[in-house]
Amino acid sequence: MMTTNESELLAHPPAPLMELENVGKSYGNIIALTDVSMAVDAGRVTCVLGDNGAGKSTLIKIMAGLHSHDSGTFKIMGEERTLRSPREALDAGIAAVYQDLAVVALMPIWRNFFLGSELTLGRGAFKRLDVKTMKQTTKSELARMGIDLRDVDQPIGQLSGGERQCVAIARAVHFGAKALILDEPTAALGVKQSGVVLRYILQARDRGLGVIFITHNPHHAFPVGDRFLLLKRGKSMGYYEKKDITLAELTGQMAGGAELAELAHELEELGGHGELVTEVQAELDGKSGTAPGDPAAT
Amino acid sequence: MSTMSQSPPSLRDERVGQRSLLSGLLGRPEIGALVGAVVLFIFFAIVAPVFLQANSFATVLYGSSTIGIMAVGVALLMIGGEFDLSAGVAVISSALTASLFSWYFSTNVWIGVGLALVVSLAIGFVNGWILMKTKLPSFIVTLATFLMLTGLNLALTRLIGGSVASPSIATMDGFSSAQAVFSNDFTIAGVDVKSPIFIWILLVALTSWILLRTKVGNWIFAVGGDENAARAVGVPVKWTKIGLFMGVGFCGWLLGMHNLFAFDAVQSGEGVGNEFLYIIAAVIGGCLLTGGYGSAIGGAIGAFIFGMANKGIVYAQWNPDWFKFFLGLMLLLATIVNLVVKRRSELK
Ligand SMILES: Nc1ncnc2c1ncn2[C@@H]1O[C@H](COP(=O)(O)OP(=O)(O)OP(=O)(O)O)[C@@H](O)[C@H]1O
Ligand SMILES: [Mg+2]
Repeated sequence: MMTTNESELLAHPPAPLMELENVGKSYGNIIALTDVSMAVDAGRVTCVLGDNGAGKSTLIKIMAGLHSHDSGTFKIMGEERTLRSPREALDAGIAAVYQDLAVVALMPIWRNFFLGSELTLGRGAFKRLDVKTMKQTTKSELARMGIDLRDVDQPIGQLSGGERQCVAIARAVHFGAKALILDEPTAALGVKQSGVVLRYILQARDRGLGVIFITHNPHHAFPVGDRFLLLKRGKSMGYYEKKDITLAELTGQMAGGAELAELAHELEELGGHGELVTEVQAELDGKSGTAPGDPAAT
Repeated sequence: MSTMSQSPPSLRDERVGQRSLLSGLLGRPEIGALVGAVVLFIFFAIVAPVFLQANSFATVLYGSSTIGIMAVGVALLMIGGEFDLSAGVAVISSALTASLFSWYFSTNVWIGVGLALVVSLAIGFVNGWILMKTKLPSFIVTLATFLMLTGLNLALTRLIGGSVASPSIATMDGFSSAQAVFSNDFTIAGVDVKSPIFIWILLVALTSWILLRTKVGNWIFAVGGDENAARAVGVPVKWTKIGLFMGVGFCGWLLGMHNLFAFDAVQSGEGVGNEFLYIIAAVIGGCLLTGGYGSAIGGAIGAFIFGMANKGIVYAQWNPDWFKFFLGLMLLLATIVNLVVKRRSELK
């Protein structure tokens, strides 16, 4: 597929890793997604933002092969596709990390790391797991992502939420994913652990992956994102390049300006914490000076 | 796994602390059952000294193997997160298929034996397939198959053979060679050892290897531990589960053939209730009812406990009425021990 616009051709590679055009999906009579368009490029982070029930998970499930879309087109490397299983998605280089179903809690870390892509020795009836290599690879791959694990034989359920996310991300990167989908990886994490996960997102990007980062939190999305897709009630509310939007505008768009003003007012009425009120107010005014800059802005 | 004590230094970390062989052992699923088996063994050795004789021990092992062969398949299925309530009667269905077919068509019994294998695997396949298609709990699906097979066993045996037991096939072609395979007696050092014991041990070794050292084993733990996570990383969930049900079918065929060739006929009403014995053996052996955790060895130890309690009561010259009480007590104790051990090892 070729972009007709010359200037766009210069700015982007000719065929994005993934491209969605007017994609729609309904569950029976529930319309979860309508007319959503977005693109994912190698070495860039595309953020999908939206409130609960906005359709974020539905969108990424289409890309990850858990559901197929009902309308619109979904292209992978310029080729139109409908994915029918996660296996198909993985074979096409698309790996997804889900907030809750990324790993099997009772299984050791190394077994989780290689689950579905186990290394084997020997052939035929004597084909067996290459346990030693798998354990060593797990340990070293995680160390490469800056995760220092105690013992790869531990059940993965014993790790903290952030560590688990990181194992899942490292796994996707190791298995040569071209596109990495992260569904609210920071939702259940503390400030510090969120920071760790955000850093892995940038590392994955720097290794040339196209990252799709789903979140509720514009403060997490803005510093790492290159593009932002805003969803509301299954519809696209806007699709921005980083240069076209500020954190304040992003936050404003997400909450809806009027709702945010109301929140600021309410907080004040309740005698809310001064700082919080100023922060909300600052965002409203569109001059939140505290926005952290993109650590790796190009 | 024995890697705890032998893993290369690069895999260790100072935060793991001294993870001794003992705590490594305590993390194994079958440890509770092993302790229980040892205690029970010592107990019967004291109250019934005959129990210690080699011949009695061979009898105990034989009793254990007739549960154990099935417990292996059922344990694997349980690790994979499912139950099979039809496992007990499916053993009889398999034996009836072999005997009724070869009797009715007057064929070589080996043809019946082959057909029985196909039927047993097909029952497993159907169980698994319906489960995956409907997403109903396996409890419901296999309860339905259990009822249907119970009815079919009785009705078809009466229809074809005209009685509640299948007609004798002792004089038919191939009977003695099939008997030599499925129900043979060996004399080892003056002790009479029956062939199912060897089949059982082979089966346990094979399935342990599959579970711990092959891809399929990894998938079995995964589909039982978290089906959705397994699917999301590309594990063929549907075929793993169907395969597990077919594995139970295969074990049912092995035991069914033994039951048939140990005599020469089968009672069509048998097998009902045995499915619980297999499940009990697996649970005593440390398999988690909710799936994702357990071992084939554990199922074997569970079956051995069953065998000891069953025969030990006879050797101690108690009333066999006590047996069920014993079994219930063992089940309760073993599950509590498993629970405690599991909590302990998770705290570490
Ligand atoms: N399997 C399903 N069957 C029916 N409706 C569904 C299903 N999955 C999602 N929906 C509906 O589709 C809509 C979008 O859901 P989705 O899970 O995509 O939201 P989300 O943006 O991921 O929300 P959250 O932030 O809470 O995760 C919701 O209204 C939801 O009720
Ligand atoms: Mg969601």
